This record gives sequence, structure tokens and C-alpha cells, in this order.
Amino acid sequence: MTSVITGIGVVAPNGIGTDAFWKATREGVSVLDRVTREGCLDLPLRIAGEVRGFDATAAIEERFVVQTDRFTHFAMAAADLALADARLTADPDDPFAVGVVTAAGSGGGEFGQRELQRLWGQGPHYVGPYQSIAWFYAASTGQISIRGGFKGPCGVVASDEAGGLDAIGHACRTLARPDTGTRAVVVGAAEAPLAPYSGVCQLGYAELSLAADPERAYQPFTARACGFSPAEGGAMLVVEDAEHALARGARPRAVIAGHAATFTGASRWAESREGLVRAIGGALEEAGLAPSDIDVVFADAMGTPDADRAEAEAIAAVFGPRGVPVTAPKTGTGRAYCGGSVLDTAAAVLALEHGTVPPTPQVTEVLDDLGIDLVTGRARAVGRLRAALVLSRGLMGSNAALVVKEYTK
Amino acid sequence: MASNSRAGTSRFPTRRVAVTGAGVVAPGGVGVPAFWELLTAGRTATRGITLFDPTGFRSRIAAECDFDPAAAGLTPADAQRADRYVQFALAAADEAVRDSGLDLDREDPWRIGVSLGTAVGGTTRLERDYVLVSEHGARWDVDHRQADPHLHRAFAPSALASEIAERHGARGPVQTVSTGCTSGLDAVGYAFHAIEEGRADIVLAGASDSPISPITVACFDAIKATSANNDDPAHASRPFDANRDGFVMGEGGAVLVLEDLEHARARGAPVYCEVRGYATYGNAYHMTGLTTEGMEMSEAIDRALAHARLDASGIDYVNAHGSGTKQNDRHETAAVKRSLGAHAYATPMSSIKSMVGHSLGAIGAIELAACTLALAHGVVPPTANYETPDPECDLDYVPRTAREARLRTVLSVGSGFGGFQSAVVLNRAEGSRS
Repeated sequence: MTSVITGIGVVAPNGIGTDAFWKATREGVSVLDRVTREGCLDLPLRIAGEVRGFDATAAIEERFVVQTDRFTHFAMAAADLALADARLTADPDDPFAVGVVTAAGSGGGEFGQRELQRLWGQGPHYVGPYQSIAWFYAASTGQISIRGGFKGPCGVVASDEAGGLDAIGHACRTLARPDTGTRAVVVGAAEAPLAPYSGVCQLGYAELSLAADPERAYQPFTARACGFSPAEGGAMLVVEDAEHALARGARPRAVIAGHAATFTGASRWAESREGLVRAIGGALEEAGLAPSDIDVVFADAMGTPDADRAEAEAIAAVFGPRGVPVTAPKTGTGRAYCGGSVLDTAAAVLALEHGTVPPTPQVTEVLDDLGIDLVTGRARAVGRLRAALVLSRGLMGSNAALVVKEYTK
Repeated sequence: MASNSRAGTSRFPTRRVAVTGAGVVAPGGVGVPAFWELLTAGRTATRGITLFDPTGFRSRIAAECDFDPAAAGLTPADAQRADRYVQFALAAADEAVRDSGLDLDREDPWRIGVSLGTAVGGTTRLERDYVLVSEHGARWDVDHRQADPHLHRAFAPSALASEIAERHGARGPVQTVSTGCTSGLDAVGYAFHAIEEGRADIVLAGASDSPISPITVACFDAIKATSANNDDPAHASRPFDANRDGFVMGEGGAVLVLEDLEHARARGAPVYCEVRGYATYGNAYHMTGLTTEGMEMSEAIDRALAHARLDASGIDYVNAHGSGTKQNDRHETAAVKRSLGAHAYATPMSSIKSMVGHSLGAIGAIELAACTLALAHGVVPPTANYETPDPECDLDYVPRTAREARLRTVLSVGSGFGGFQSAVVLNRAEGSRS
């Protein structure tokens, strides 16, 4: 059994759809900017990656728009794009064959705040009927299942930024288990953490960048590293048993070859070094690959000095000093929590397809003693990329590694 | 993934998974002995809400935990940092680990995982601080200076699994699962798969929720899912009874120690039972509505039994979702009949929500703890308050009084918003712990 990606749907700050996303990612465009969402202007959090120009009602049926939060709008739109790319629809003869798995780290914050305001400002009877299904973390999985008619295994991991990779791993294991009867899974994550109260909730993260200059707010692996900028958006994938994909004439875009996850404690970044090394080792072992088979690493790039050092050391421990090109395109978009690591996975697949390592926007003067070959400035064309490693860590202590490789018959 | 013995396998995983410890924080009593005493006595822990003033709400009743963090072994720092739902899980995990006899310091930390479910996570603290920063809902552009320094831990649901992993030194796969009201069953199911597939040897698995706060009560008021039997809270949770009028919200947490059976045997640990099967499907129908046929829950039951290589006729007890809403109890009765056939009529099926309420994501884990204890003691907990049969719910719901029974195999089912339907099969071998 081989798990392949047959569809990619992106709703990112730097582009909606894979064409726009890849163009901006390859060119190293940064869209980090002032937070402009209503009510957020006085937050100490000033810089983030917003998804601008997204029209939920143009993408999604009205009845689904009104009963869901912005994070689910993104997820439904991304799922539509991924399903169209994969040319996959529910099979009326076997509705249990397609499952839905999402990761969620912030839930329906904007919707929830609106209903909290009604409750506390006006009274209990002003709370609307959709609060019970819009705010909770499972909203996107449920709505994607319902809109698509997908009755297969439905899952939700709420496990930090690394949860995006964990969701992909979960989907692949669901495909691999013969007891589930699953042939494809719509999997990924999208987040919308830029409502005023959600912003307040994030202020306790010591790693959050409060910088006011969008060009300096998120600069991992440099002497100016001062934390990360958050973002909204994310990506959904269609992941499928290769045999099933080929039998229905679908085009495998890449193979998901391995995943592993570890835990080393919230904000104990020095310890994340070993956590990452072990997660990388587990993912490579599952993929049946050696470090030398990996041609690019998509870094977690937390953006604080100790976290960056731990990650650089982990990469060097596995690949040797400057042993592999490393990139962090998320410095141009911000970190979209669970959605961020799925966006990195999408970028990794696009990089494999184009034989091009996208750059790390806005980052120059990488600290020399970190010993990493960070791709900065412009994209690096390398001819052929065989396999990519995606790394992700969470603020509550998770570490995850995912290996994607080119599909060959 | 690529083919090998761990994930992308064509060779099916064969490791067996034991339950070797249990811990519970439930309404009516903290700890396994108090919980089991409540269930076997058929006593209800539902009452008028005391956690906030429910005046003006449609439903003003709940099943609350009388939980003292200090008595549960938590420090003042733990209690301040961790939300109430996390505190429940910390206490339940401590009890479960003690019960298992494991010395986790002597285990390989990279082989210990955590899989904990929650439906609404830190809602209670999120709401409390929202009231401060918004000046009681007066402003949209909230004032951040009023916020608690630990607020981000309420915002991040991953704080739940993270806290338990920190406390017990787990460094393997650690995740929070949040599939609404099936979170507890799914968290245990994911843990079962992790051990079966060889990704961990020991997993602390369970769920926790503390949803009894104004916003949660109001949102279920809005869809009339909860009971409004405010004058008689002790008898308000009436699963399968013709006069049921919705669920009674609860809170609590439970943690089971799941362990590779060979690992448990090697250390001579008493084994409660084995997790033998798990499956979950969506109904792709409605976020809150259920079909009358119960086809998707039935599919989950069938698949869980098939994986367990057990026949439906071997089921000795069904632990029902039994929330006490009109539609749930009919849906579930239809699903169980669809999977068990004529055997459904000969199988006791009860809902402990009649006694401890519906604690959303937590309840699935609390119910699996009840199943574990039922297997160990040979006792089926009753459905309290069951008096008047509903013609559409015509199975044996174990009215009001616990029943002794020889139990080998039990099925626990759950149903949740999003359309999720989950099933877990537990089986007790001869010579298991009692």
C-alpha cells in the first residue's frame, strides 16, 4: 500500500489556489503586514499573514457560510480545490470509502466571539443556533464530510502546529489499515486566529512576535529573530491509496512516505532538538529512505534563538553541517498554526514537481554558526528533487516530521 | 505511506492491546471506587447548576463534579495554570497510572504516548476572561490588559495532552483529539491503533471536558438539545424513557492506561481487558441531525467487531450513547438492532448518562472506564430514571437497577455533532483482573 497525494487545495495569505501560491512562494514574496481584521488594530500583535480578498460566499453555498466560522470557510474552500484537482467525488455505491481528517488549533474564534458578545451583551436567548457547531474544533471535518457526502472515517487532531502533519499521518494510516475500508482521505488544516479575542489569547505565547515592522517581525535563523508572526489560512489534500488512484485514472502528484511524532515539552526548545532528530529518524525509517535521499528540508523555523538553534542542530545531526538545502517559505506568510505545516507540505510537493527549492522570504544574514544551508533571496533550481522532509513543532511541545517523495511508476 | 510493518502495511498489525489501569473524575464522586459505587447504586448526580448563576437560561441543570484540586494531588500552581478540564485529566491520569502499577520512570519515554480527547477544551476559562476583556460583551475590540497570563493554554486544546505528557514523562506520540462528543471513544481508538501498529508501547488514553459555563449552556439552549426539566434535576436525564426531553450536561474526565499486552505480561501486570476493535464513520447527513436508520453507527459497530474477529452474537453488554434526546435514542436503538439482529433483544444496553450526565467529549472515555469496571466486576450498570417505555426504543435498557452478569465482550458506542459515529469493543480474557 502506498499513499499518494492526488489533490492539493490552498487558501493561503500569499495566494488562493496552487498556481497563485506557488508563484508567490517561488518568488519569495512576503505578504506579512499590519493586522487589519476588525477590532484587532489596538492589539500588541501587529504583524500577521491575513488571507485577503477571500470571498466566502463566492466559494461556498450560503447555508454553509452562515453556519460556520472563517476557519471552516477556508477549510471548505481548500477542500473543494483539492477535490477538483483530484477529480474525486463521493461514490454513491461506497460512501464509506472516503474519509475526512483535519487538524485544528484555534477553532471558530471569530464566530465564538460574536456569540459571546450576544450572550454577555444582550442575554442567553440571543445566542444563535449555530454556535454549537461553528466554534468547536471538529466543525471543518463535519462540514466537509456533509458537503461532500463522505462517510468514511472522520478524524480531528487538535495537536498544535505539528498537528497538521499528524493529521496527514493519521490519514495515511487509516488508508493502510484494511479494517477501515478507506480508499481516500480529504486531509489538512486551515485556521483563522486573527479575531480580536483570539489575538488576545495568543499574547501569552512567549514566542509570538510583537514587532511592528513587517520586514523584521519574523526572521528565524538570524540575529534579529524575535518570534513568529501568526497567519490564517491553510491547505487540504486528497490522499489516496495509489492503486485506487491509478484505477480511477487519477494522477499521483507525490508519495507520502513516512511520518513520526514526538513530544519534548512546551517551550523547552533545547529538548526539541532530540525530539526532532527522533521524529526525522522515525519518518525516514518508515519511508525506507536514508538522509542522503532527502533533497530539501522545509524547516519549522519558530523564530526564537533557542528554538532555531535546536532545529538547526537537529538538521545538522541527521544530514551533517550544511548537508541539505533548508527552506522556510512561511517567513513570507506567517505561521498558520495547524494550517502552516500543511501549507509546507503543499509547497514541498510543488517544489518536487518543479525541481525548485523556494526561498525563505525576508531572511538574510543567516547566523553562520547554525550550520544550515538556508535558501534565501531567490529560489534555487536544482534540476531534480526526489524527496522532501517537512518539519513542524508546536508551542505545547509536539515535534513532527513528514517525508514526501516524487511519484514514480 | 510506503510499505513496511509500521504504517503502510500490507501485513496487518498483530500486537494486542491491554487495559491495565483506570482513573475517573465524574459527577457524584472523584476516583474509581466512588464512580463505580454511584453507577452500581443507580444514583443520579444531576442537580441545579452551581458553577454559575443559571437564571435566565432554558436549561438550568447539570451533572457537576465536586472536585478539589488539592485533594486530587494538584499543587496550587497546577490549579492556577491548568484549566478545570485539564485538572480532571491530570487527576484521572494519576489514578490510572497508580492503578496500572507502572513505574513510568523505568520505561522508555519515547515509547510512551498520550491520546486525550476534548470537545470544547478551555471554553470555561476562555469565557471567563472574555467577560473581563470585553467589559461584559460591550466591546468587540477587547482590552488585552485584563487577560490571564495562562489564557493561551485555554486557547490551545493541545495543552490537554501536553500537560499529561509532561507530568508522566511521555515523549512518544502525544495528541489531543477533538471530534466533538465522540472524542473520548476516538482518543482511546487512536491510542489502540498506535499500540497495535507499533508506534508506542504504553499510551495514556482518555478524555476530559468541563463545559458547564454560560456560553455552552446557551448554545445547547438555542437548539433545545438539553433537558429543561429544571424542577426535578435528579430525574431529568432519562435516556430511552418515553418522557425524555433532552440531555443533561455533565463534566468530568477519565484516563485508561493502554499497554502492549506482551509488555503488560512481561511485567506481570494484572489486565482488566483488551481493546479489540474500534471504528468511526461520518453520517454525511447533518451537523446535529441523525437519520432514523442508524446505518453509519451500525457500520462502525460491524467494522469494530470484524476487526476484533468477534461475532455480534458474542456481545454481552452494550454501553449506549443514550444521551436522552428523542432522536438519539431512536437512532441508536435502530443501529444496534441493525448490527446485532435478534441478539439485540437479548443484550442489556444501558446509558450511564442517566446518572453522570453528558460530559460532551469526556463521556466516551468515562463510559469506557465504566465498561472496563463492568467487565472486571461482572455487573451491568443500569439506566437510571427509566420508567416508561418508548415504542420506538424496545430493547432491554436495564431499568434503574444494576444487574450481575457474566461479561466477556462489551460494546460502547458514541454519536456526536458533525455526524460522527464511533464504536469500541472490549473483551475480557479468562483470568483477567477482577
